[in-house]
Amino acid sequence: MNAVEFVLAGMLAAATPFLLAALGELVAERAGILNLGVEGLMALGAVIAFIIVYQGGGHLLGFLAAGLASAALSLVFAVVALGFRANQVATGLAIGILGQGLSALFGKSFESLTVKGLPKLSLPWLSDIPVIGGLFTQDIVVWLSLAATVAIWAMFAYTKTGLVIRAVGENPKAARALGYPVIAVRFAAVAFGGALAGFAGAYAAVVYTPLWADGMIAGRGWIAIALVVFGTWLTSRIFLGACLFGAVSLASLAAQTTGLDVSSQLLSSLPYLVTIIVLGVISSNRRLLKLNGVASLGEPFEQ
Amino acid sequence: MSALSRPFLPVLVRREHASLPVKLIAPPVALALATLLNLGLYILMGRDPVAVFHAMLLEPFLSWASFSEVLLKTGPLLLIAQGLAIGFRAKVFNIGAEGQFILGAIFASAIPIWFPQATGQWIWPSMLVIGALGGALWASLTAFWRVKLNANEILVSLMLALVAAQLLNYLLLGPWKDPNGFNFPQSVMFQYDAMVPILIPGTRVNVSLLVACAFSLGAWVFMQRSFAGYKLQVGGLAPRAAGYAGFNEGRAIWLSLLVGGFAAGLAGAAEVAGPLGQLQRSISTGYGYAAIIVAYLGGLHPVGILFSALLMAALYIGGDNAMVSANLPVAAVRAFQGSLLLAYLVAIAFVRYRLEWRHAAHGSTP
Repeated sequence: MNAVEFVLAGMLAAATPFLLAALGELVAERAGILNLGVEGLMALGAVIAFIIVYQGGGHLLGFLAAGLASAALSLVFAVVALGFRANQVATGLAIGILGQGLSALFGKSFESLTVKGLPKLSLPWLSDIPVIGGLFTQDIVVWLSLAATVAIWAMFAYTKTGLVIRAVGENPKAARALGYPVIAVRFAAVAFGGALAGFAGAYAAVVYTPLWADGMIAGRGWIAIALVVFGTWLTSRIFLGACLFGAVSLASLAAQTTGLDVSSQLLSSLPYLVTIIVLGVISSNRRLLKLNGVASLGEPFEQ
Repeated sequence: MSALSRPFLPVLVRREHASLPVKLIAPPVALALATLLNLGLYILMGRDPVAVFHAMLLEPFLSWASFSEVLLKTGPLLLIAQGLAIGFRAKVFNIGAEGQFILGAIFASAIPIWFPQATGQWIWPSMLVIGALGGALWASLTAFWRVKLNANEILVSLMLALVAAQLLNYLLLGPWKDPNGFNFPQSVMFQYDAMVPILIPGTRVNVSLLVACAFSLGAWVFMQRSFAGYKLQVGGLAPRAAGYAGFNEGRAIWLSLLVGGFAAGLAGAAEVAGPLGQLQRSISTGYGYAAIIVAYLGGLHPVGILFSALLMAALYIGGDNAMVSANLPVAAVRAFQGSLLLAYLVAIAFVRYRLEWRHAAHGSTP
């Protein structure tokens, strides 16, 4: 297997934690809420899923519990930031620190243990194509994440729910005047985002690298937040961005296996450096950000 | 209509004037609330809550030996938080102080690592200065990205903190590894003159605590008494008004990040030139992130931050105690920190709002 095939085959799996977390953050941000706690939400989901799978509860239960736990923690964010109208930046940071602390606390006695991942499912015919065939051999969660991406894209493009979420994020006062329950919609969007962050963490801990290590999320939650900006709040571009980051994290692996003489620390910081550079490139195009940005992102709403 | 105006829930009503008493009482109330929540968690984990409470919150103050360790930890937290608070007031969210701290430590270490034979009283002061400049330099990347490229400073500063950690690893595993260090990722031990002098004999508390106090005084003069500080605060509270008044936003961002990076870099330098005496992988135990909480808990005010830095330092020492005496994982400190900030954010809501119970039909009126 050459490097290109290796990256193509593994890209989607590597992208999945980024993709799920970024889609969740997208829904929250579209509703006007900036939740910076994604890293902590992912860490909590990861440890919950790992403990359940390790104890023999199975992957399905692990994912469900991870989604529930992270949704619950994101509701704490919602109560403080929306209920008590606290600064969203500070509240998100607090949730992030709390989530990472809880994850380290719960995971203490599972450090360095491993579980079994999920089997890969191949699409017939497509997976036999040379070079790109690897793209069509993925585990069930990757396939479901792709379906979720399409569903969220369709929700914003075609459904009333999507419109209501966007109205609440663009102009909450007008949405309120039209009779939409602004705070309730925002609570729901935050909880949905939390659940997806939990799934993202679960995928990282029990499927992608099925072993527990404190700090294993390693900035992926923050990159997911950056992905929403990269994607200029559009589902399709966020998907492309997640694939890019999946490929970047794999490319560093591939470089190591082919014996390129680059220090492993440089390779580990590659995703962060790429984030910084892309963030600079995209953000300097102010028109692009204004065009698709969310008008009242991060601002508290008082009725 | 919405969740909070339903008849059975109280609603927040804006006060006519911000309440100063609530502002003063909010930090202790938050501490009490966070303590209760976390003790509950420890009970669920099967620990003895009384023992944990004693080890974590009382023991740090009960003996001079442990209180002097609290003072030692107060230094870096105080420095970083004072620097961050200036930016936070201008709504410039530098959350990558951890990275600026690491760069400060790296820059400062360059002197004793490159000149291990050098002697003289000039060494430790120049380490502090170079460390502070290193921190400011790292923060200037974020400032450039924000001002010139319009990039979000939260994400950029955090990413740079993750890069800084890898840079530290690279140096300690490669060029700066102590050749006689049994392959441990650490540098050589620094010479005597590279160490900040001890302030209180018989303890590890050194002169950098005085530096932190002096910086706090400077922060107070700057924020409460100078026009430049006033301009920063206006920019944070009312960006549009600041724009009309001709206050330059870009300059405010540069200033906020440079001051924050300078202070964090200074703290990093003082750490390697102080209690550690070498560059190690574990130079920071999350000071850069804890300092964010210290800044908020101190009400973003230089005087408040004096108290919150002392409290956070005590939590660190208390967490170590609880690990030894109550078998509590050290991660408990992080969970405590997070819940403390959450509790504080809830408590200060009552500075601007009061609760009102509305009955019956009021719920449906907009």
